[in-house]
Amino acid sequence: MTSLPISQDAANLPATSRDLFALTKPRVMSLVVFTGLCGLLAAPVHVHPVLAFAAVLCIALGAGAAGALNQWYEADLDAKMKRTASRPLPGGRMNRQTALHFGVGLSFFSVILMDLAANHLAAAILAVSILFYVLVYTVWLKRRTAQNIVIGGAAGAFPPLIGWAAATGDVSTLPVLLFAIIFLWTPPHFWALSLFVRSDYAAAGVPMLPVVAGLESTRRHILIYTLPMIVAAVAPWALGLAGWIYGVVAVGLSAAFLILALYVSANRATEPKEMGPEKRLFAFSIIYLFGLFAALVVDKWVLA
Amino acid sequence: MTPDLEPEVRKRQRDRARITAILLGLFVILIFAISIAKMTVNR
Repeated sequence: MTSLPISQDAANLPATSRDLFALTKPRVMSLVVFTGLCGLLAAPVHVHPVLAFAAVLCIALGAGAAGALNQWYEADLDAKMKRTASRPLPGGRMNRQTALHFGVGLSFFSVILMDLAANHLAAAILAVSILFYVLVYTVWLKRRTAQNIVIGGAAGAFPPLIGWAAATGDVSTLPVLLFAIIFLWTPPHFWALSLFVRSDYAAAGVPMLPVVAGLESTRRHILIYTLPMIVAAVAPWALGLAGWIYGVVAVGLSAAFLILALYVSANRATEPKEMGPEKRLFAFSIIYLFGLFAALVVDKWVLA
Repeated sequence: MTPDLEPEVRKRQRDRARITAILLGLFVILIFAISIAKMTVNR
């Protein structure tokens, strides 16, 4: 990690609340909150609305804390990539100590509040997810291996597990499958993105798969990882843990995902502007995850 | 810090103080609501 060439005056100014909010990666947080909420709503118990709200709030705060600590550690990388150069730290609108204090403070706050509002298990999984994202993914894997997001994907897969644990106080097969769906979804999702922003990652020296193994290998990997992801997505219905509504949505969305992944694997473009299939797969992958989890909740509430 | 930055510093400090006060108020309400909800659930 290197120090940043930021203006001394800007760094000395107190950070604005807008920049502190930006430090939490609000767009990433929306998917985290949604999957956490679905994990909570899919649980076979009634949760008091206030406790459910508090649990989801803690998941959001924990994700925000992990995002802030990620940006604190990666400020030098972010400065080298177009996609992230305008974030508060590389943009010189905040000093690094503020980001560190904000991230650590928010981490402790979210875990303690989760313990108070829900239970020890949910708080423990939340703490593990923050530590996993910051220490395992950000500090250890991201700059060292092309498999960074394969293992690091686990960090983003924890929210439904936390939501379920907050509701029930335990963990069973269904939340583990929900974890597996996000875990296996993460590589195709991020590799599709990394194909068309490859030059950014290469400039920053991040060993993403397209940078290290090339475009063709990445496209093959996307297709290979799509297959176990589909198995995990259909499994809740196949194992009788979800009803036909979820089954129909999972099969339909997974078929569409597979077709898009096949288009990606057949594409030979090397320039980002010719990577339509990759951009379509990336956009669809977000809809895919939202659709699957929404279907699970609708299925439970309609068929219950 | 240069003198011409002082008004901007004061403005940002005021904004953050206001938001901190609002968040603290919401936190107190949330803790109260959690306590009531826990008592209701455990009854």
